[in-house]
Amino acid sequence: MDVSSITLGEALTGLDRGDWSAENLVSALLDRIAARDAMVNAFLNVDAEAALAQARAADEQRARGETGRMLGVPVAIKDNLNVQGQTCTCASRILDGYRAPYDATVVARLRKEGAIFLGRTNMDEFAMGSSTEYSSRGPTRNPRNPDCVPGGSSGGSAAAVADGMALAALGSDTGGSIRQPAAFCGCVGLKPSYGRVSRYGLTAFASSLDQVGPLTRSVDDAARLFGVLAGADVRDATTVDVAVPGPDACRREDLKGVALGLPREYFAEGLAPDVRASVMAAVDACRALGADVREVSLPHTEYAMAAYYIVAPAEASANLARFDGVRYGYRAPDAISPLDMYCQTRSSGFGPEVKRRIMLGTYVLSSGYYDAYYLSAQKARTLIRNDFIAAFRECDAILTPTTPTAAFRMGEKTDDPVQMYLADIFTATANLAGICALSLPCGVNADGLPLGLQAMGPAFKEENILGVASALENAWGGPQGWMERRV
Amino acid sequence: MSLQDETRRAESMDVRRVAMLARLALTDEEAEVFRGQMAGIVGFVRKIGDMDIAGIEPTTHAHPVENVFREDAPVDGLDREVVLSNAPKQADGQFVVPRIVE
Repeated sequence: MDVSSITLGEALTGLDRGDWSAENLVSALLDRIAARDAMVNAFLNVDAEAALAQARAADEQRARGETGRMLGVPVAIKDNLNVQGQTCTCASRILDGYRAPYDATVVARLRKEGAIFLGRTNMDEFAMGSSTEYSSRGPTRNPRNPDCVPGGSSGGSAAAVADGMALAALGSDTGGSIRQPAAFCGCVGLKPSYGRVSRYGLTAFASSLDQVGPLTRSVDDAARLFGVLAGADVRDATTVDVAVPGPDACRREDLKGVALGLPREYFAEGLAPDVRASVMAAVDACRALGADVREVSLPHTEYAMAAYYIVAPAEASANLARFDGVRYGYRAPDAISPLDMYCQTRSSGFGPEVKRRIMLGTYVLSSGYYDAYYLSAQKARTLIRNDFIAAFRECDAILTPTTPTAAFRMGEKTDDPVQMYLADIFTATANLAGICALSLPCGVNADGLPLGLQAMGPAFKEENILGVASALENAWGGPQGWMERRV
Repeated sequence: MSLQDETRRAESMDVRRVAMLARLALTDEEAEVFRGQMAGIVGFVRKIGDMDIAGIEPTTHAHPVENVFREDAPVDGLDREVVLSNAPKQADGQFVVPRIVE
């Protein structure tokens, strides 16, 4: 067993056959983390003893004949999802020392299926960022090239999966935070439709946009995890009771009878030539698999970034009001009044990007500005959503690049917030529209950096995009085939 | 007030006032850096004002869902000790904060 390259599905097959135990898997991953993570910094916390104890328990369950869809599978968890008893800091100083008093619903669902919680992955503070450089615990590096960022905000999860330190990981995606790091690191990342997956126990960033989803080494692994994570939850009233497709319904051998749309607005200037070439080669591969590829239009795309960077900070400014030093986390010492405590705690507890977003959100919601910004952005959202509804009358899925460029260099965008924001330009639209989208690695550039293809599907049609991705992955010779597709 | 009028004012966004609304106390150095950055960001999102949105309904939830109700049945919450376990300061089963009333 090479733990750095096996898929979650292969790990389960090996466990079923008795080729290895869950303890073997966890030990091998812990060795890999020990060897690699001083450089990558994907994990904020790994409790080796607890993970090994869970692995032994899973092995005993299996020996007793018990079953579970994730029995014995080690998974890494982004540091904004609560795992009972483990730290959960959102990579922020303001939550230093916080221990989760309960399981997030997604964690409870994984636990019920027998998954092992390997550790907490690094992220941009409160999931605000596109490079994992805005972490209070230092940046994560891209394992394919340590001078480059892994993307963000789920950069620790993407790097851990891509570098063989976890079989799979959970991330969260508000404007691209699963898909963009998946593209930069070379793994599969799925943002489910809004309402598919419960956010109970996810530290809220922008509640009308946030979704939880998997980062994996194969499309089938993403489908398997999606099947466990998805479903209505009384603790998140935004979840919708729509039947969840199983992994078999998400698998396709070919694309005969499938209509795919290419939105011309996503292939405009600013798209790097290597990304364009790799994505167009993937589109050709879809044609060869029988897909009917046609051009579509999403005419309000140019307003998406403005709408996103109004709606998301506005909601964040409200959600992050709860960090006041009263009930949990860091409290500034020596405050002389409650107001003094709030101001001192928040000023020393939050990092610069979180402060910028809180201020922007406070500003666009403040008296006299609400209609001009927030209400306008919500109306823009309606038009962006209508664009997708119209486009999906003509096709089953839409293909775009996940990102305008391959992974950028560390420090390249940290001084210019607007340039950092533009890293989300192709991904944030899916959050605004509430549709599902994934990133599939589709090749490598001359520097050996992965490139990502995004497939977007209608709301609650995850099987459409997973089907397209599985057919491509299969045509390229399996989950690692993309590595040979050079541009 | 039109968006153009407002955003012209925003170019000199009063970062100290906005920070205070958000319960952030900025150092002089921070205020200086943020002043420039926030002007850039506000300039970026101002593009929303170019959009023709007359007569468009706002979207607050991505899918048209009706009110969501559940049975009004009591369920257990977390135990008080568990809730207090992360408190920076506590006494007698309560969160302790600096004096509010002089």
